[in-house]
Amino acid sequence: MIQLSRWKVILVAASLFFGVLLALPNMLSDAQREALPAFMPKNKLNLGLDLQGGSYLLLEVDVEAMRAKRVETMAEDVRQTLREDRIPIVSVRPEAGGVVVTVPEAQAELAATALRKLVQATPGGVADRAVTPQAGGAIRYGYTETGLRNLGPTAVDQSIEVVRRRIDSLGTREPSITRQGADRIVVQAPGESDPAALERVIGQTAQLTFQMVDVENSQSAFQTGIIPPDAQLLQGEDGTPYLVKKRVIVSGESLVPDRTNVTTDQSGRPAIGFAFNGAGATRFGQATTQNIGKPFAIILDGKVISAPTINSPILGGSGIIEGGFSIAQASEMVNLLKGGALPAPLKVEERRTVTAELGADAVKAGALSTAIGFVIIVLFMLLAYGFLFGGVSVVGLILNGILIVAAMSLTQATLTLPGIAGLILTFAVAVDANVLIYERMRDEARAGRSVIASMDAGFNKAMGTIIDANLTTLVAAAIMFIFGAGPVRGFAWTLSIGVFTSVFSSVLVAQVLLAYWLKTARPKTLPIAETVK
Amino acid sequence: MTWWPLIKVLPQKTNFHFVKYARYAAVLSVVLCVASIVACFVPGLNMGIDFRGGASMEVAKPAGQTIDLEAVRGSVAELNLGDVGVQGIARRDTNVQDGSTAVLRFQVPEGRDQTAVVNQVESAITAAVGEVTYSGVSVVGSKVSGELFTSGLLALGVAIALMFAYIWFRFEPQFGFGAVAGLLHDVILTFGLIVLFKLEFSLNMVAAILTVIGYSMNDTVVVFDRLRENLRKYKTMPLREVIDLSLNETLSRTIITGVTAVMVLAALAVFGGEALFGFSIALMFGIIVGTYSSIYVGAPIILLWGVKRGELTEDAKPVKLGMASRP
Repeated sequence: MIQLSRWKVILVAASLFFGVLLALPNMLSDAQREALPAFMPKNKLNLGLDLQGGSYLLLEVDVEAMRAKRVETMAEDVRQTLREDRIPIVSVRPEAGGVVVTVPEAQAELAATALRKLVQATPGGVADRAVTPQAGGAIRYGYTETGLRNLGPTAVDQSIEVVRRRIDSLGTREPSITRQGADRIVVQAPGESDPAALERVIGQTAQLTFQMVDVENSQSAFQTGIIPPDAQLLQGEDGTPYLVKKRVIVSGESLVPDRTNVTTDQSGRPAIGFAFNGAGATRFGQATTQNIGKPFAIILDGKVISAPTINSPILGGSGIIEGGFSIAQASEMVNLLKGGALPAPLKVEERRTVTAELGADAVKAGALSTAIGFVIIVLFMLLAYGFLFGGVSVVGLILNGILIVAAMSLTQATLTLPGIAGLILTFAVAVDANVLIYERMRDEARAGRSVIASMDAGFNKAMGTIIDANLTTLVAAAIMFIFGAGPVRGFAWTLSIGVFTSVFSSVLVAQVLLAYWLKTARPKTLPIAETVK
Repeated sequence: MTWWPLIKVLPQKTNFHFVKYARYAAVLSVVLCVASIVACFVPGLNMGIDFRGGASMEVAKPAGQTIDLEAVRGSVAELNLGDVGVQGIARRDTNVQDGSTAVLRFQVPEGRDQTAVVNQVESAITAAVGEVTYSGVSVVGSKVSGELFTSGLLALGVAIALMFAYIWFRFEPQFGFGAVAGLLHDVILTFGLIVLFKLEFSLNMVAAILTVIGYSMNDTVVVFDRLRENLRKYKTMPLREVIDLSLNETLSRTIITGVTAVMVLAALAVFGGEALFGFSIALMFGIIVGTYSSIYVGAPIILLWGVKRGELTEDAKPVKLGMASRP
């Protein structure tokens, strides 16, 4: 017979208590939640961007472009190093993740020794590059296999850091920046934010370099189109072409973030003030000393911002960049420079924006349909099984609702609009467990068993079916969670939580309440099994 | 007692000969399935931007004002974006279509910058119909959309395979085949409905179909559970009668649960707004079809296949069945 076992009563009471406790913060205002003592749970339901409004960006780190760029820099470094050591170069050609330089065979060893300095100069401790002498005076300088493999993950990690710093400077509320797969970053910025600004700020590589303008070859290069191997053709903001030496004097990495700010030039127009760290200042000082009277180019993301002529050596390592900026542009650029350059270009692959009003409307629609759905189920169950048995399911249903809210608040799973639909469906299927049990009881009663025996058999025999039936839903939800993206995952999570809480609450609550009823009322007949006269 | 417990109105014991009509049901199912599969190619699914890539923008004017859809169409057409869909939808706050809200769908041409194109479209619309608010903007790149589509189909495939494995493990291979035939039937017909009503096939729709799979299995498992139990209980009863008996015994549960779910989903379709409409319609249909299939697809296939009931002859030797036959 059904026993009103103590542990079941305790379990139901405990789940009700903790359920209410964990669901409670959702009923309170922010101020009230803050005032709660430390041991009280404070987490509210975590609403998805489709419900609270905000922007979602899926960015892809262009590792391939970064690798190509790095190899180009390697070639430049190799030329520079060998030139300094006066070793003649026969050829430099790129090769998968590195360059192969050929020198006269007699000087191959010397060249290899010289190039090894480059490997030691690599920051980060573990050498990801190697110098490998090959036959016939050829030397490969490039990434090792490990180095090449780590390139992508490292770039993504660094990009996440940079993106975080930049978004923080925008003052966006609680953004979430996460890694997805091998080379993707997901940025979720809830609340009212300007998605265009977000995209602009995130999307810029902000690679700042100072390079010398190749004055000697400019004219001939513009006329003939023949560009010297150590130079490149870049454009200014207004389209003016510049022939610029490939060698980088100083790059944005040498900037001191705290001393990068918005300032004004002599005529009072907005400009960007900057300062280099020690090593950067030294290099900049040397270059400006050697090149008085020549212009150098300040380049941001491949565009020449300005190309001032060096009037005197700049030894202090600080200066300003003029470029006809507006205040807003200047401050955005300062933020970008402070945040550091992205190691690789980021491409926006997916972008979804929902305004806060639209989100609020979705919440309203969701809440309304949940309430209506709930009322329908309650009415239907009461009509179908009467106040006693139907009422028992309704109590289970209410506990189920509390537990779902509690579990979602506790785990901070994201509730999305389809998630609300999942919730409603969970309610509909939650009563299925009760229906299965009750129908079993009626079967047993019809077969002539006593009230107690048929109730007992109802629970026992239906249990296997309930487990089987719900496991299948759980399997479907698990698949949605594994393969699904964004809102589908929210749906899957809500559905899974709902499966657990609904089996728990509908079966256990029904057992406890009906056992209590059995004990106190000592019924002669099963109310739901009576036949109509 | 009282009149209102509804279940007392339902006949306590039904004795429908479901299996008798299985042949006709099978013809109907096959015809509908074939029609649905054909429809998925011609005219084809109405793919949302999740799977096709491109952009979707929701534009709205304050309540009471109307957006001139023709003007929007004309202004956006000049941007050479190819096919641009402009459609009036219901206002989010009132759920009424009063011409103040519209949705635009277009492809971002290969090689053009997504953000730039969206900005161009925004200024073109402002130029054509004045200030509007952009409440929801989604842009999906072709790479991501391709991946989403593959993973969506993969999810459906894996779900069906896992259900098959589950039923095989918990019951018998024959049950597994019956269950999977029922599942495929439901999934295919739901696709057919999506095409028929021109619902947008999006990520949410995949979630809806996966849920239909979950529900349909739920239904099938309840029937199969009873079938297995009855096969053990009535060892000499002919298979077709056991199937009929099991279907009849679970019928009241099938109806009550199905009706609750459909009613609740109907509420969701009516009050859930534009975003959930297609989703809840597909679910509702899937549940109806799922209920039908557990009666008319799953069980008859078992009859067709037969269940190992040992050496069941006219002497009716008692045999062990189902799980009981396993260690």
